[in-house]
Amino acid sequence: MPYRLEVENLNVYFGESHILKDINININNNMVTSLIGPSGCGKSTFIRTLNRMNDTIPTFKKDGTVLLDGKDIYDPNVDVVDLRKKVGMVFQKPNPFPKSIFDNVAYGLGIHGVNDKDIISKKVEESLKAAALWDEVKDKLEMSAMGLSGGQQQRLCIARTIAVEPEVILMDEPCSALDPISTTKIEDLIHKLKNDYTIIIVTHNMQQATRVSKCTAFFLHGEIVESGLTDKLFMEPVDKRTEDYITGRFG
Amino acid sequence: MKTIFWGSGIFTVFLLILVIGYILVNGLPVINFNFIFGQPIDNGASGGIFPFIISTFYVTFVALLVATPLGVGGAIYLAEYAGENALVKAIRFGSEILASIPSIVFGLFGFAFFVVYLDFGFSVLSGGLTLALMAMPTILRTAEVSIESVPKSYSEGSMALGASKWQTISQVILPAAVPGIITGVILGMARAVEETAAILYTVGAAIQAPVSIFDPARPLPLHLYTLATEGISMPNAYGTAAVLVILILIITIVTNALVDRYTKKMMGR
Repeated sequence: MPYRLEVENLNVYFGESHILKDINININNNMVTSLIGPSGCGKSTFIRTLNRMNDTIPTFKKDGTVLLDGKDIYDPNVDVVDLRKKVGMVFQKPNPFPKSIFDNVAYGLGIHGVNDKDIISKKVEESLKAAALWDEVKDKLEMSAMGLSGGQQQRLCIARTIAVEPEVILMDEPCSALDPISTTKIEDLIHKLKNDYTIIIVTHNMQQATRVSKCTAFFLHGEIVESGLTDKLFMEPVDKRTEDYITGRFG
Repeated sequence: MKTIFWGSGIFTVFLLILVIGYILVNGLPVINFNFIFGQPIDNGASGGIFPFIISTFYVTFVALLVATPLGVGGAIYLAEYAGENALVKAIRFGSEILASIPSIVFGLFGFAFFVVYLDFGFSVLSGGLTLALMAMPTILRTAEVSIESVPKSYSEGSMALGASKWQTISQVILPAAVPGIITGVILGMARAVEETAAILYTVGAAIQAPVSIFDPARPLPLHLYTLATEGISMPNAYGTAAVLVILILIITIVTNALVDRYTKKMMGR
């Protein structure tokens, strides 16, 4: 089976600082991949390179290639709008728009040219169901999303991402601002979503990585120290540094 | 220490009440239906001030119609597109200078440029454009601050869904900044409604209500000025002042309530 994402010799710089060093990793289709590592090791920068969110930073420079379905996403002919439609993103802090619950999900459809009201309603319902939020909000779709709880807001952000039918969903520590019950709900949701989407999740929580992901990559100081099947990485790490990190000796 | 601050706080409120109270006490007795909706007689010595109320709304409307798009457009440019460079600094510095120029200077410029050079004559248009120049920096600055204070996470969320920069600005950032932008427009409007010096040389002194934008007019502050300085009628001057104060109060209270309702709905409180 071909890989969804192939990253070859990726180096990222912000001005003079060399943030990501020679990253090589292949991400499997319809599977969850965790990125773990201490703060400041480049995990977030890495996933933001995958949907070109770093483009907005003026000092951003990169070399190496990132292939999505075999095509270079940094090719000058690639439309960033198209790329971000295919590679969705859920942020660390839930960031719903100050709009109604309905409009939050409908927003992505609107910007991609869906105008038919019936199609939008149907899609909003589907997305909210897929994000396991429908039952909690179906009677108050016109209410502002800012009135939801943090966990509900994060599931709304996932619904909003799903609505534009991405292939890949990037999640940047999606549970770090949430309570344990909300975290469980998001993790259950990730289990459900992995059948249809390729998910890459940055997490500080190693238990979370073992619970949700099939594969894991360990980042340290901008490099991938070790990557592979989650079970193997946690049970029999090859690199001494991986072992030190997962046994809690640093980070 | 606390007493001193308490004292200065109370004193400020006291001054406000004193000024407004003095005007209302002297002005309210002359206000009746005929004063507000009647035509002036003998240059305002008796009769009503209806044409001047119309003038005020008309001139202010023209001023805001010009100043709001320019101010908000400039604010969008500064907050979202410009970055930090010499041009931006020049624009910001320029708008601050513009905001601190005495209004009589605007009046003189308006006379030389709009009335004479562009040949708009003494008219609603000349007055409105002069006031627009004065209101624009206020609107620009307030709108820029409120656009900048929209959390970055909103625009990131929008960009991550594949929205273009303009879609993000028009559909996410501006709606979130609307309360602040409206506050700026209201501040600008307050400046336009109450301004006298800037329209003294530009709007004329008509007794009739203006119809076309090329008609001369006489907004309330100008009428008030004429009544008082030419000794036409002090009671009517107070009445006009009271109407002006009440108009500004009503506009401020109503817009605050509307902005409050919008914010509550948007933020789900």
